[in-house]
This record gives sequence, C-alpha cells and structure tokens, in this order.
Amino acid sequence: MARIANPAGLGAHRQRLLAEREAGGKKTVAVCCGTGCNANGAEKVVAAFREELGKQGLADSYEIKPTGCHGFCERGTLVLLHPEKRLYQRVKPEAVAEIVEKTLQGGEALEQHFYDNPATGEKHEFEHDIPFYKHQERLILGQNGEIDPTDIDDYIAGGGYGALAKAFEMGPEKVLGEVKAANLRGRGGGGFPAGRKWETCRDVPSEKRYVICNADEGDPGAFMDRSILEGNPHVVIEGMIIGAYTIGSDEGYVYVRNEYPLAVRRLSIALEQARERGFLGEDILGSGFSFDIRVNRGGGAFVCGESTALMASIEGKVGEPRAKHIHTVVAGLHGRPTNLNNVETWANVPLIVERGADWYTSKGTKGSPGTKIFSLVGKVNNTGLVEAEMGMTLRQIIFDIGGGIPGGREFKAVQTGGPSGGCLPASKLDLAVDFDTLWEEGSMMGSGGMIVMDDRTCMVDVAKYFLGFLKFESCGKCTTCREGLRRLHELVQDITEGRGTEDTIGLIEELAETVDAASLCALGTTATNPIKSTLAHFRDEYLAHIRDRRCPGGVCKALIRYEITEACTGCLVCAKRCPEKCITGEKKQLHTIDQSRCIKCGICMDVCKFDSVRVV
Amino acid sequence: MTAKFKVNGVEVEAEAGSSLLDAVRQNGFEVPSLCHHEAVTPYGACRLCLVEVTRGGRKKITTSCNYEVQGGIEVLTDSEQIRRHRAMVLELLLAEAPRSVSLRSFAAAHGVRNSRFARPDAPALLDEREGCILCGLCVRACEEMGRDAISLLQRGVSKEVGPPPGGEADSCIGCGSCHAVCPTGHIAMRDTAKAREIWGRMFDFVLCEGCGRPVITTAHRDHAIERGGLPADYYLRCAECKKSGLAARFAKVGS
Repeated sequence: MARIANPAGLGAHRQRLLAEREAGGKKTVAVCCGTGCNANGAEKVVAAFREELGKQGLADSYEIKPTGCHGFCERGTLVLLHPEKRLYQRVKPEAVAEIVEKTLQGGEALEQHFYDNPATGEKHEFEHDIPFYKHQERLILGQNGEIDPTDIDDYIAGGGYGALAKAFEMGPEKVLGEVKAANLRGRGGGGFPAGRKWETCRDVPSEKRYVICNADEGDPGAFMDRSILEGNPHVVIEGMIIGAYTIGSDEGYVYVRNEYPLAVRRLSIALEQARERGFLGEDILGSGFSFDIRVNRGGGAFVCGESTALMASIEGKVGEPRAKHIHTVVAGLHGRPTNLNNVETWANVPLIVERGADWYTSKGTKGSPGTKIFSLVGKVNNTGLVEAEMGMTLRQIIFDIGGGIPGGREFKAVQTGGPSGGCLPASKLDLAVDFDTLWEEGSMMGSGGMIVMDDRTCMVDVAKYFLGFLKFESCGKCTTCREGLRRLHELVQDITEGRGTEDTIGLIEELAETVDAASLCALGTTATNPIKSTLAHFRDEYLAHIRDRRCPGGVCKALIRYEITEACTGCLVCAKRCPEKCITGEKKQLHTIDQSRCIKCGICMDVCKFDSVRVV
Repeated sequence: MTAKFKVNGVEVEAEAGSSLLDAVRQNGFEVPSLCHHEAVTPYGACRLCLVEVTRGGRKKITTSCNYEVQGGIEVLTDSEQIRRHRAMVLELLLAEAPRSVSLRSFAAAHGVRNSRFARPDAPALLDEREGCILCGLCVRACEEMGRDAISLLQRGVSKEVGPPPGGEADSCIGCGSCHAVCPTGHIAMRDTAKAREIWGRMFDFVLCEGCGRPVITTAHRDHAIERGGLPADYYLRCAECKKSGLAARFAKVGS
C-alpha cells in the first residue's frame, strides 16, 4: 500500500479510486456484519452471496461488501442493495440464491424480504421509507452501511481523510475555533465542551501531550461505540489525528475493552492501513506533524471508563479513580496534559472540520448541537442503534423510530444513561432529549443507553438490578461507594423480598444522599440516580411492596403468585411445560397450580395461548 | 510558599500545596480519618476527613487528605452536613468491620455506637476480609517502603488486600509497616524471640549483640542498608543498646 505524501496526493488517489470504480461498473450489496447480525449468521450470508454470484456468473457485476452495523438489529441480517438502497431484512443464507436470481439478475423486488410495519401492516421496500430510518439523522452511523471497515481505500473514496487535509490547511488555531464554535459536547456522558477541553490541554506548558479515545463502553445495553469502531474505525482515527494536531500531541491511545474482539481487530487493521498510507507516523501528509496511536485493551472493569482510572490502567496500575482536584487535561497520563474524548465525540470531529461549525450547529439544539447515537433496547419493537438529532423527544425516539411497545402493551418508563442514569415515566415522554434537559430531570444522557420498559416491569426491581451491577463494578476504593452501594442493594432487596418497611425508604434516601455527596468519582456520585429517580416517579410501587406486600409489575418472586383463571381451556400445555410439574388438571378442565411447589418461573404464563394465567 | 486561608472562620497559614488535612490538624482543628498517615501519599478512601471547601465562590464537599492547600479558600470541618455524612460513613464502616475493637472505639468517640446496616445473622461477604476496611494504608506503606509485596485486588464488594493474584508475598521483608499502620488491627503478625510470621511467611530476626533481643528481620536489614546506604554493621545492636553504649562512651569522655 503506497504512502500518500501530501493533500494533493490524497485528492489524486481518491479520484483514481472513484474512476476505477466507475470503470468497473459494479453495484454494491452491503451486508451488515455488526455483532448483532453476525450472531444472526451474517458471515454465512456473505459467503452465500459470493458463492451464488459466482455460480450465476454475476461476480463481475456485483461487489459483496461486509460492513459494520446498520443499526436495525431487530431485523438482522440486513442486506442493503446500492445504489437504490433497497433493504432486505431478516435474510437467511438459504434465501440468497433467490435474491441473486430474481433481484440482482431479474430486477424483481422480493416482497417477502421487505420490512413489514407491525403497527400499520404496511410494507416498505427502501431503507429511507422505513420509519426506523426515516426519522433518524444518521450523520455518523450512515457511513456504516456504505463502507468496508477493513479497507482504508473505501473510506478514502467516500471522502475520508479529507477533513484531515483540510485541518492542515486551516492550521490548529482555526480548527480549534471551529470545534469550539460547533459546541461539540462530550458524548461519553459528561457533555463537557470538547473545544474547551482541547484548548486547556493545549495551553498547559509541556513537552509532551497525549490524546486518548475512550472506548471502554460498559453500560449494560449500550453498544454504539463498539459499532462505530467495528463499522467505521477510520472516522475515529481521523478525528483523533485532527485533535492531536490541534492540541500538539504526538502520541495517542485507544482504550478499548477486550470483550470487543471485533472492534479491536478492525481498529488494529485500520491503524495498520493508516500507517501504510501515511496518515499516522512521521510528517503526515507533508504537514511536518507526526503522530501515532496505540491500542490498549482493557480488562472489562466498568470503572475504567472513568478518565483517571482509565489512565491509571494504561500506566499498568490498578484501575482506580483519583481525586480530580487537578484535571487530567493538566496532569493526566504519566502526569502529562492529556485530552480524552469518547469514540462518538472523536467521530464527530471530521464532520465539523469538513462542513463547518455553522452547518453543525444547524443540527440539534442550541445547547446540544449535532446528533446522538442511542442504543434503543428493552421492550420496544425496533431494537437497535439509533442516531437522532438532539432535541428529539423521548416519544419520537421510542414510538416513531422505535415503533412503540411490543404486543400492544403499555409504556411504563425509559431508563436513559445506563447505571448512572435515571428512569423517566410516561409523563416525561415529551421531554426533548439533550444533555441539559435530561440532567435537570434527574437522569442523564450518559453514553446513550435507552432501555424501554413496559407495564410488566417492576421499578423496584430495576433499581435493584442497577445497584447490583454497580456494587460489583465500583472500584471499591471509597467507603461510600463500595459499602454504600452494597447496603443500598441490600435495602432494596429487603423491599423486593417483602421485608421492607417505610423506614427502609427513609434509610435508603439518607444513605443515597451521603453516597452522592461523599464519593470520589462520578461512578459513586451518580450511582444513586436509578434509585432516586424510581423513588421520585414510582414511589407508589415501592409502597405497594411495603404496605400491601404486592409487586404491581408482577416481577418480585417473593410477592407474587401465578393463578389460572376461568379462561383456561384445559389444553395441558402449561402442565407439560411446568419444570416443577406442579400444575394439575384434566384435559378440557380448569387447571390449578400447587402454590407450595411453584417456583414462579412464569413459563406457564408465557406458553398459555389463551391468556388464562395471571400474576397476582 | 505560605498560603493564608480560613478554617471554621479562623484565619490560618500553611504551606501551599500541602495536604489540607495535615494543615488543619497542625492548626489545632480535629478532623477524623482512618486512611491517612503523614508518611504516605494521601488516598481518599475512608471518606471520613470530609470538609466543605469554598473556593472562588463555589462550595463543595471533598476529602481534605488529598486536597491541596490554596490561599483564600474557606474550610468548614464541622458543619451540620459534614457531621451527618461522617456519621453515615462510620455506620458503613462499623457494619463492614463489626468486630474491630479499635474501630468501635474510634466510632464511639465520634458519637456512633450502632450501625443501622449491621446484619448480625448474615454471613460475612468475604470472611477473610472481615475487619479490613480497605483503607489501603498497608498497600501504600509497602509501596513506599519500596517493596510492593501486597496490593489491592479485585474491585467493588470483592475488593481485598493481598499478595499478587495466584502468588505469595515474595518481595515482603517482614518489616511490619503494614501491620503498624492498619487502623483496625486486621493484619496478623506474630513475633517470637527469633522470628516473625506475617503474610504466611517466616522471617529470621537479627539478634542484638548486646542484649540478644530482636533488632530487625534479616531481610529488612538488607533492604534498609541497600536503600539507605547504611554501613553494613548498622543493625548489629538494638536501639536501646546503641543508646546505652553511646551514653557509656560519653561518660568516659566526660570523666
């Protein structure tokens, strides 16, 4: 792979790539090979396409491109036919022969692969017509369906590294001005203005500065950062080079968790190719600026996403946060000024440089410009990765993009911001989603996790879940965080198991206040958000557990029992599936559950076709 | 450089950049802590030395051990808020190490005798950690002795102190610093006339040429002589015998 020596060389190389493609005249079939689709067999779909194209003599007319995540994980494996952007969903390897024959060869659209809207029954043929995509603004994620993450030339052909060339032309001062004017805010959770962080770091006198990409994504249910790294690693690398150039750093790190093997692999390939092409190393694009990036694999501790713990971990020390009376931009990695941003923040940088702050601030809200990627998961029809303009309401994200709640059930709450975020009830659905609004409501943007819950969710159980997660993921340094979270978890467990009193709530609130106020890092000071927000919005549910020994969501095993109602047809299915064999009844006769032996697994309710099992 | 600042409304002075906890104590104010020792780097684990600091018009609650003294700050060591949070921290610590006599008397001295979090019937989460409050003093003392024989392991509620995972305290020299700084008396150390047992290892003592009592472990002697550049015969006699020897020499000179 030849080195590109200067911006003119980059332009010429890009023109050459485009000319070659035009001459080749191949159409592209993009197969989503994100982690979700891979689990659904995407790699077999790719192999089937390649084999079938060969068999049917179309190998010269089509290019099969394994890409990163397209976002619509619910409907994988996704196959996107360029250039018309026809989307075939839930494609199995067995269906590939027909797709090649009828669609690629014969031009016929195969309706069975169209998206069918469960709400309206409508079918949609093209990606841009599907509500899931139609309401999104996919500035970052959009490229995931276009490029092969293992081929740097694919990124260059689409204009990649053009922003870097432009940045060299602008000079560091102007780039910084643009990032500041764009009011790019940290996508990792804090929402701190990136431009100000860069400026402070640059202005600290030092011989050496570092830039770091935080890819230690650890929130349960969040997978946007891994999807960017897996689908478009170069956009992150380009952002980091621009940042390093602006700040005056010659060494960068990507701290990525080892549980993301595909992200690590694709990032490593991308870094290698960027070095070969001369975007990393000495005298990048003839600018005289030198910079390189190393990959540091984390061991999967949630707390290592905290900047000071992350830096301690890179230094080979125990991943514990330290007090930030002196900020890491002043004294971070190895005591040097260090600028750390998260994956998604870095991915926004090339866009801002390329299109300018005026364009960028036209997206989103005044206080939070641009877009944010959310992992939309839980009880929602369209599970997946969603990129929405800041300022969209929760309702638009969950119902217009997410397609609402499955099975016609009722929306109960949405948890935003992961374990440090809060649960917002239906009355908050019309809130505009941006950094400040969520914060004011006792939740947070966090890294963009969005867990949707329906009426069969117990909010006390949700609080217990997050406390249980955090008591193991706290680094354990502060008494208030380590012991405080352990005790909060115990107290909430008392409530879910029917031992709670109203004093328990009082003690929880008192302890939560100390954990908030007295913990060292943001893990501790935000860890009580799930419990505080559920107590604020769903206090009745806590009281039902305490006063009536009842779990309204029908979740807490100690407080519920399953009963078979008159609607039972006596089909025997529940009795056969019951693991404890504690359901008795004759065929076509009402069945009954032996409560003394029931383990409350809920299988009877799940398998009953007549809705005759209920929780009381 | 000396910095002027206020503690509970009183104007005081201390070296700028020094530990705020040390500074307020030197000025006669009482602030409790369990994880701080002047000889080792501040860590901020126990959260007892919380104070309210107002700087540039902004007030915040912070631990004072790892907060650096700056001119113009205003510190409250005993506000209603601070007392409340401190009492809560003590309750958490008491529930964590209910059998530690030293911790119980420390808490009582600060007005906390019972913990609402105590669960006498529940089995200890980690039996071997019973009594340890993970203040990290032992680990820092060891590190600053230059040995790193023990470390903090795991995280969250599973965190504990011990030798490296899967190994032994190979670089331990039996100096006993960890034992000496432990605020809850959790680190076991057993001395006999000739040897010391700690961290599952035995260390021979250098016996005093004068009185025959233990001076230091042989491993500690080697470490100290090398690190401190001391003469090879530095530890032949115990401190007492050295003193009396010296006194005898002075007496001779004087006569």
